[in-house]
Amino acid sequence: MLSAQDLHMTFNAGTPIETRALRGMSLEIPAGQFVTVIGSNGAGKSTLLNAVSGDMAVDRGRIEIDGVDVTRQPVWERAARVARVFQDPMAGTCEDLTIEENMALADLRGGKRGFRHAVRPARREEYRAHLATLGLGLENRIGDRIGLLSGGQRQAVSLLMAALRPSRILLLDEHTAALDPRTAQFVLQLTARIVAEHKLTTMMVTHSMRQALDVGERTVMLHQGKVVLDVAGAERKGLDVRHLLEMFEKVRGEQIDDDALLLG
Amino acid sequence: MSLYSLLGAFEIGLIFALVALGVLISFRILRFPDLTVDGSFPLGGAVAATLIAAGTDPFSATIAATLAGALAGTITGWLNVRLRIMDLLASILMMIALYSINLRIMGRPNVPLITEPTVFTLLKSEALADYVFRPLLLVGVVLVAKLLLDWFFTTQTGLAMRATGSNPRMARAQGVNTGWMILGGMALSNALVGLAGALFAQTQGGADISMGVGTIVIGLAAVIVGESILPSRKLFLATLAVILGAIVYRFFIALALNSDFIGLQAQDLNLVTALLVTVALVLPMIKRRIAGGKGN
Repeated sequence: MLSAQDLHMTFNAGTPIETRALRGMSLEIPAGQFVTVIGSNGAGKSTLLNAVSGDMAVDRGRIEIDGVDVTRQPVWERAARVARVFQDPMAGTCEDLTIEENMALADLRGGKRGFRHAVRPARREEYRAHLATLGLGLENRIGDRIGLLSGGQRQAVSLLMAALRPSRILLLDEHTAALDPRTAQFVLQLTARIVAEHKLTTMMVTHSMRQALDVGERTVMLHQGKVVLDVAGAERKGLDVRHLLEMFEKVRGEQIDDDALLLG
Repeated sequence: MSLYSLLGAFEIGLIFALVALGVLISFRILRFPDLTVDGSFPLGGAVAATLIAAGTDPFSATIAATLAGALAGTITGWLNVRLRIMDLLASILMMIALYSINLRIMGRPNVPLITEPTVFTLLKSEALADYVFRPLLLVGVVLVAKLLLDWFFTTQTGLAMRATGSNPRMARAQGVNTGWMILGGMALSNALVGLAGALFAQTQGGADISMGVGTIVIGLAAVIVGESILPSRKLFLATLAVILGAIVYRFFIALALNSDFIGLQAQDLNLVTALLVTVALVLPMIKRRIAGGKGN
């Protein structure tokens, strides 16, 4: 369960390029829910995700994961509760390490690391079994450097890695944006399968309105650092991309009207 | 070149193989450009020589020197991780500080070890000549260091350290405390260099304040030469490569300095090293240009 309350974050405060990325953002995600997050550039999608992961510290507000206040915890400390797949396929895996070493690394996310051999034979078989479910033949390349894999393959392995250990929330940061359409579709289906299999609480940031409605069970739209639309259930079922776009335009239009009023 | 000078080159090559292993950890595995080495090498020598001259047994003195190196590396790491000083600058600060510290430890610019016992004289068997026994013992030391490192980097902690250098953001997302990994890696790296300094002082008849000049360049040269002899991403081959690199490099230096027709003298050592490293660094670019037909 994730609870973000009244998050504020400002970049370059007090300078001409001051950006108020989060302006009182609040979002609750109950356990087991799969939420998709959309919004235009600068709406605060990535900032929200980075605030939850701990990559960026919020100026104000409170972030709780499963009732534990993690607002001031660094990334590595939150890692026991937070699993993450990055937008850039290169960012989520260690290119110099082999597939099995990457998986062994993720296998200890949030756990204690000692001086035992990192890749244990029993676990290796488990990694193989996980990789085999991808149908990419990677189970036979477990000793290859992960840098030799394509972006889509690496992203698929990243997803497997995220699900190796239990997590309280899975963060997906436009994780199909850097892939070609067919690979993106594959990774998206894989995402849906893994989330369902492990009943993961998930927050997926996406650029694609289609994607936002196709997967998950709730969609949140951000604008200017706040939640402006929050739909789930039957209401969401009735929506298509056109509706979403209209709502988006409406939100933006109102904003412009506000400014016009102010200036006028 | 005589057998004697050949074995001499081999011996120094082995000592610098320890430095090269240290440089491999900082520059290649952690990607931390660490110049502390120029201070931690004479630090190891100073600690070992001073302790031995004061009557401490050479083994304890060598261990103390290794720990001193580890401490120096930890401080460089701390300057970078905690005080957020740029990595290269943090190591330069430590290197400069160590110059004074080394003088303080020795109390004078050099501490000779002529009649004092060393780890080499204590272990020496009667059957072997000095110049044969010393390289043999060093082969053992280097081999143990290599195998321990190979083992360490396959453990859970070792893997986390490699991930820290390769992709720190990903490492943190997997719950790795990257700050601690940098501290640990820098300690390990400079411990090896401190050990090398201690052994160098005990084979070369003492410690000298200027013995550290250019250590980092020699270490880097060994790493680069090793990587071109035996290019591999596999870690146990990479450790082997830098050891070979250190030895081969010393042979070339000995060859160059011993060939009268080139006219080089001992004081040209650092110049030759700098030129060699420059060539080794530029070669891959030239190769790419020739292969690709265009540069950038």
